[in-house]
Order: sequence, then structure tokens, then C-alpha cells
Amino acid sequence: MNLKISALEYIDQVKNGQISAEEFVSATIDRIKKIDGKLHAFLQINPDAVEQARKVDKKIKLGEKVGACFGMPISIKDNICIKNSKTTCASKMLENFIAPYDATVISKLKQQDAIFVGKVNMDEFAMGLTTEFSAYGPSKNPWNTDYVPGGSSGGSAVSVSAFECVASLGSDTGGSVRNPASFCSTVGYKPTYGLISRYGLISYANSIEQIGPMTRTVKDTAFLLNILCGLDTNDNTTIDNGNQDYLSEIDSGIEGKKIGIIQEMIGEGIDSQVLSATKDAISKLEGLGAICDNVSIDMVKYSVASYYTITATEAGSNLARYDNIRYGYEFPVEGYEFNSYISKVRSKFGPEVIRRMILGGFVPSAGHAGKYFLKALKVKSKLTKEVNQAFKKYDFLIAPTVPVLPFKIGEKINDPVALFLVDINTVMSNLSGTPSISIPYAISNGLPIGMQLLAKHRDDKSLLQAARALETTVQLPEVPI
Amino acid sequence: MTKIGLEIHCQLTKLESKLFCSCKANYREHEINSNICPVCMGLPGTLPRINQKAIEKATLIAMALNCSTPDKIAFFRKNYFYPDLPKNFQITQLNIYGDTSVGGSGMIMVGDKQIRITRIQLEEDPGRLIYEGSSSKNQTTLVDYNRAGVALVEIVTEPDFENPKQVREFLNILSDLLENLNVADPSLEGAMRADANVSIEGGNKVEIKNIGSFHDLEKAVHFEITRQESLHSRDIPIAQETRHWDDKRKITISSRSKEEELDYRYFLEGDIPWITIGKEIHQRLKLEMPESISSKKERYVSSYNIPEQVAMVLSSDKFYSDLFDKSHTKNNAKEVANIITTDLMGLVDTREKRERSKLLPSHLNDLADLIQSGKLTRTSAKNALYEIVKSGKELSQIISEMDLGNVSDKNQLLTIIKQVISEEPQAVEQAKSNPQTVNFLVGKIMQKTKGKADPKLTLVLLKKELG
Ligand SMILES: [Zn+2]
Repeated sequence: MNLKISALEYIDQVKNGQISAEEFVSATIDRIKKIDGKLHAFLQINPDAVEQARKVDKKIKLGEKVGACFGMPISIKDNICIKNSKTTCASKMLENFIAPYDATVISKLKQQDAIFVGKVNMDEFAMGLTTEFSAYGPSKNPWNTDYVPGGSSGGSAVSVSAFECVASLGSDTGGSVRNPASFCSTVGYKPTYGLISRYGLISYANSIEQIGPMTRTVKDTAFLLNILCGLDTNDNTTIDNGNQDYLSEIDSGIEGKKIGIIQEMIGEGIDSQVLSATKDAISKLEGLGAICDNVSIDMVKYSVASYYTITATEAGSNLARYDNIRYGYEFPVEGYEFNSYISKVRSKFGPEVIRRMILGGFVPSAGHAGKYFLKALKVKSKLTKEVNQAFKKYDFLIAPTVPVLPFKIGEKINDPVALFLVDINTVMSNLSGTPSISIPYAISNGLPIGMQLLAKHRDDKSLLQAARALETTVQLPEVPI
Repeated sequence: MTKIGLEIHCQLTKLESKLFCSCKANYREHEINSNICPVCMGLPGTLPRINQKAIEKATLIAMALNCSTPDKIAFFRKNYFYPDLPKNFQITQLNIYGDTSVGGSGMIMVGDKQIRITRIQLEEDPGRLIYEGSSSKNQTTLVDYNRAGVALVEIVTEPDFENPKQVREFLNILSDLLENLNVADPSLEGAMRADANVSIEGGNKVEIKNIGSFHDLEKAVHFEITRQESLHSRDIPIAQETRHWDDKRKITISSRSKEEELDYRYFLEGDIPWITIGKEIHQRLKLEMPESISSKKERYVSSYNIPEQVAMVLSSDKFYSDLFDKSHTKNNAKEVANIITTDLMGLVDTREKRERSKLLPSHLNDLADLIQSGKLTRTSAKNALYEIVKSGKELSQIISEMDLGNVSDKNQLLTIIKQVISEEPQAVEQAKSNPQTVNFLVGKIMQKTKGKADPKLTLVLLKKELG
């Protein structure tokens, strides 16, 4: 059984009868059991996956209506709720939280007969970009298991890259889909804010984050986007996309399109290999008929500071509900007064979460909001203006997804400031609500480099076309696992 | 000078569902913790889903209190830890970053006094805490989340009240207004709660929290003024503080909690986008706005010639004015008003009695018609009304069952009159010389007919007999 196929190839092969969903899912589970000990992408494996695949096969055999996914095995980041299954956010705080409802994206995928092979690892509450902050231990990069897979959707990226599933759902608050996609050489998509319902995604910084597909190909992402997006009455921030078909016309190319190269994202601190990959990508794009030009977005230099201030504020509020009274982990309340109980139980949060919540208690507080939180909001709105301005001149922007190559596990975990700077190229899309995509672009000394393309608000369809065009120029070796 | 300001919390009890989910707004009839869902329990991953009707009802209140209403409103998070808050923050509104709450400054007249409204905001009610155990050592706090997420409108006034009496008058007017707008039922337990702030002689402001009913609010304010005056007269400084209303002992107690020092870290609720309340909505609400109490009153006086006082009583209570509007005709309006204000009000003076009452508007209409045509005396009408409220039977059925119909048969009456004349020779003589004393004879006739003799006809016939 060849597991190394794309989502669309999988669908074709099941439709043609070349393979059955059961065979494929069962082989996938076998592979997870065989290799995940080394990678630790999965926190849980769905024990019913093979049975569910068998049901899909039965529907196909009986000629019943089958959903568009045809039993395709998908992994789900462990901050997205699947009814009656544990959703831990890779935190000890939610060790025993069993979601009593399905996230909207989960309902949609269920309707299309996707099969969830398991819940995958992440930085605790999505705070981090290496997956080292998981309370259940780090995931490892399948290209070199000494290296971090990126984060926070590290488990998603690893599982797709190592063929432990066909596709995955991650969430992207400041690059959490694109960063691990870049480090593990998969496609990672951060849609326009509001395109995909967040209902059932456990909030970290709700005003800027989105669920995003992680796949092997751009076409697979477009295919999943068709399923996932749309207005949702359970999420008042969703937008109407007019039932766009992201897959049709995906091969339209980029001839004549104008592309801006963001100067602030290829300057100081950039790895030389990453820089040369970026230059190579630009010449490839020009070869495809695009017109590339330098663009400056001044506010980028404040974007990471703004990002951490806003996310800390929202996280401090979003995570306040974890007082262990209604759900959480085993810890009896008897004998405690409310405040002493919650400070006791909340010590289960990991160090990075505590760090950000302390920050979140400080930056929006009465005496300091003007200096920090309100200023961060100002940067956000100025940055958004500059981004919108840039998109008046350019159809797309380009920058490497991450300015550095993947680093070793443990290398930067004690240097939060160095880690923060890894976010510099990704947070802009979150702060401005605009779509961006990371595609596998190069391998340098056995480590992946991802290239990022960005588009204006609601221009997801043409962004995918551009990404597809660039993808056609890329030939990469297979993951060595 | 005494200055009193109020913060009134009013549940929008006439809504179907809670502010952010589809659980019932009427949580009162549910088993503990059964009127809940993932959203109002604040479960991980859930998002608030704004109830458009709640925004409209809150806007209606703002309009009725002459408040400015912005085109766009926003929600904020008020962050603090408390066991009754499922998310440990409350979604509420705020005006510090511009006027974004449902109502801006407004005013309402209380007699001749103008009370300024500072703002009106829409927010979610927390759950309800239940304390068990006698001593503080073994006390357990239980939480019932049935109420969590119910839409609450907060009405904040300027410190324009000078005495508890004005506070009471304002509360009466406000309750009537909220009921008339069909947004809330102020008589439901816990539907109206209040905080007050009191200062005297330009001194420090004292906040009183936790006042569970309008009735207690007046008492609490009264207590606090007396307390402050007593301190003031002895030259003891009045501390700026928060005090709690002790519901059982009916006094205010200094709260040792550091509530006033809490920093709520307000910021915009990103899960609810700004909501536009455009011109069309404002216009539609204006059209849908129920007739105000004062205009109802004027209409009753000018169209039906109902006395001021009766019209006032009738218009200020939505239950009675609705009943009146549904039951009267142009010709019997005054009589219907009369029945409602003199007889009915005594029969259905509580919420429970109103709910149990079987009276229909058609009953009132029939009663008034029969009184006006002389077929039923007021006394009989009152007896019939009592029976109608109880059983809901048709008026005609009740009249025959209780034998209430007037004796208006000329011959039958004449026989009785003649009988009385023969039995009371002295009184007859007296009446002949002094027509003023004829009432004694009428009384005797009424006695014999058990009050059912048609009074007009009786008088005519009697006078004829007396010559
Ligand atoms: Zn609910």
C-alpha cells in the first residue's frame, strides 16, 4: 500500500476501486504505530478509524451517497473539539476534558466522510513555535529527529510530512500552521480571518487566529478549503465567501501578476540559505511571467512586539476559564476557598503558558494599557493600513515563511526572545487578517525551507493559484523516514 | 445635600433565549443546571452567538428613556475571577473608547424632577450561587448556571436623586415602563436588581451592592442616608467604600473585599463583531414602540372622558391597560374603566392571581353593557365579576345561576312596592311630606329583591304610587 499520495490522488484511487478506504486507513494506522514512537506527532489514535473506513467502503459498494473525502485519513490538532473525545490542548490542565460537541470544521469533515485518525501534538494552548512546550513531550522533525518540527501545529505538520495521514488541521495564531509547514516541508494555509469557523477551536488569541489545512499539495489545500469555509451561525466572525470554488481554475498561473518582496523580512538575521532560496523563488516567479519588485512595510519591525502584547492580553482572558471547577483534571475542591483553589489548580499550566498569562495580566492593566496594549492595537491598525496599501500596488507579497532553518530540540527553548523573532515573517498576516500560505520550497543540508506568499483580504482563491504556480517549479526529495 | 445614583440591572425576561445561546431566557422553571449548553457554560472552544432580539429590546429601552442610540455597538470583556462566571470574564458594554453601548445619555421625568440617565448597556447575567452549611468553616458554595448568560440591561443614572421617595417614584415609573415596553416582567423574582451610590453634604460616595429587589433598594438608600447623617453629625468622616446590603438584617455592611481595587482589564470582545443598528432598525423600533404610558393616559381622558385619576391608574399598569384596550367599545369605555379600577384591581392584585384569572375582555365588555342598560346593578356586577375571575363562565350563565338579573318587570316590581307601602305607613307619610326621605322606602324594596330591583324604574314607580 502506497501511503505517499496526495488527498486528491487518494480520492481518485478509492473512486476507481484501486484501493479501499479500509486498506488505506488500516495501513496508515499501522504506519503510525510503527514510526510515531520516534516522532511523537500523535497524542491519541482513534481506535474506531478502521471500522469507520469500512463503513465508507460499504457505502461506496452499495452505491450510496459518499462524502467528498471518501474515508480520507486526517489528523486533527488537539485544540479542535471532536465530540466525545479528549481535547487537551497538550496541557495537563485539560487532561480529562472530553468535548461534548463537534467543532464546525469537524462536523463538516464528518459530513464529507473524512476519518480522523487521531489528535496531534502542539505547543500547550498553541503557545510556542517548536512543539517543545507540549505538556506531553515534544514532537520531532521527520527530516531529522534531532530537530524541532516547528509549531505550534507541530504534530499536524509531522503527521502529514511523515505520511501518517493525508492531511491535517492546524490552527494559526501567529504562524502556527505556516511555521511547522515550513520546517517539515508541507503546505500550510492561514485563510482570511473569518473564512473558516472557529467554533470548537479552543481560543488562544481569538481576534487573529484561524484554523488552517496542512496538506501535501496546494490543490489538496484548495480541496479542503472548499469543504471547511463558509458562514457559520455558531461563529459571528465568519464571512460569506459566496461559495467560491478554490479548486477550479487553480492552474490559472501568475502571468502578469505583480509580486512585492517584503524587504523587512529578508534583512537582518536571515539565514543565507533561506535568503538564496527566496531569491531563487523570485526568479522562478519571474520565469512564470510575474513582475517582482521590492516593497517596504515599515510597521513589520514592531509587529512581533504588537503580536505578543495582543496575544498575551487575549490569552490571559481566554484561559481564565480554566479554574478546574466544571472540567479539567482530578483535583477535589473540598477544603479550599475559591481563590486558593484556583491558584493551586492553575499551577498545572506549563511555563510558557504561565509566562504569557503573567504578561497578559500586565499589559492591559489599568496603569499600563496605554503604554502597552493600546499601543499594540495602534501598531496593528497601522500595519493593516500599510498592508492594504501594499496590496493596492501588488497582487501578492512574498517572503520566506521563517527567516531561519529548523533548529535543534532544546537549542532555543530557554531563549524566549530568540524564539519570538522566529515569528517575524508570519505574524503580519494574522494582525492584518489577510491570507497567506507556506509551500515546501527547498532542502538545505537535509532541512526544509518553506516559501510564503501573501494576498489581500478575501483574495484566497488567487493566492492559491499563485502558490500552485510556484509549487510546479519545485522538485524535492522524499522525507527520510 | 444628599445625592443618590442608581445602577439598575433588569433581565430581559420577555426574550425566548439567553443573550449568546439558545438556552431559555426563562430559567426559573428548570431543574438546577439543566438550562445550560456548551456556550453558556463557557466550555473550551465555544463562542458567543449574539441574540439580535436582545439588542433590539435593549435599544427599545434606550429609546424610551430618551437616550442617544449609536449606529454601531460593541461588546467588551470584563475580566475577573468569580465562581458564578463560567468564563471568568463577563461580556458587557463600555463607553470609555467612545459611545458603543446600546444607550448613551438620556433622561426621564419623575414628577417635576429630571433624572439623567448616564448610559444603558447590555450584558450577560452570571450564574447563581447557593451557600450550604451553617458556619463559614464548613460552608460550601454551589453554583447553578441556569441563569448564566441571560440578557441583562444595566441602566445607570446620574446622582440626581435627593431622597428615597424620589428613588421609589423613579422605580415605579421604570417598572411600569419596562413592563409596558414588553421587555421585562419586573415582578419576577430576581428580574430586577440594583446597586446604589449615596453621598451627603458633598462627602465621599458610598456604593451599595447586592440589593435584590426594588423594595429593598428604597430601604437600603434610606438606611445609608441615616447612617451617614449620624456619622456626619458626630464629625466622623465617611469612608469612600463599597457596602453590601444585608437582605436579612436590612442594613448595609462594609465589604472587606477589595472589589473597588479590582482591575477589570476591559478590552474589546473579538468574538462579537461590531453590530450596526442602522436607520431602518431604529425606524422599525420606533414604529413597534408600544404607546407610552403618558400618551395612553391622555388618550383615555380625551377620547373617553375618563377621570384623570382613573386614567392614570389604568394606563400605568400594562395588564390593566391591555385589558381595557381589548374590551371596551366607544360607548362603554368609561364603565369598563370603572369596573377595572374599582372592582377588578382588588381581585387580581398579585402575579399569581393574574395568572390564574379566567377573565376575558369579552366578559368586561358584557358587564359594562348590562350595567349601562340597567340590566345589572353595580353590586350584582361585582359579584358576577368575582365568579368570572374564578370560573371563566359566560356572564349570562353566571347571572342565571346566581340569580343576579335585575327585577325590571313592571308588574312584579309594582307588587313589591305596594307590599312595602302597606308595611311602612309611617315612612310613607314622611316621604309624602318630605321627598328626601324616599330612600328609606327604596332600601326596603331593595331588601325584598336582594338588591336586584332596577333602581331607576323603582324610583319612578314608587313616586307614582306615592302620588
Ligand atoms: Zn446555553
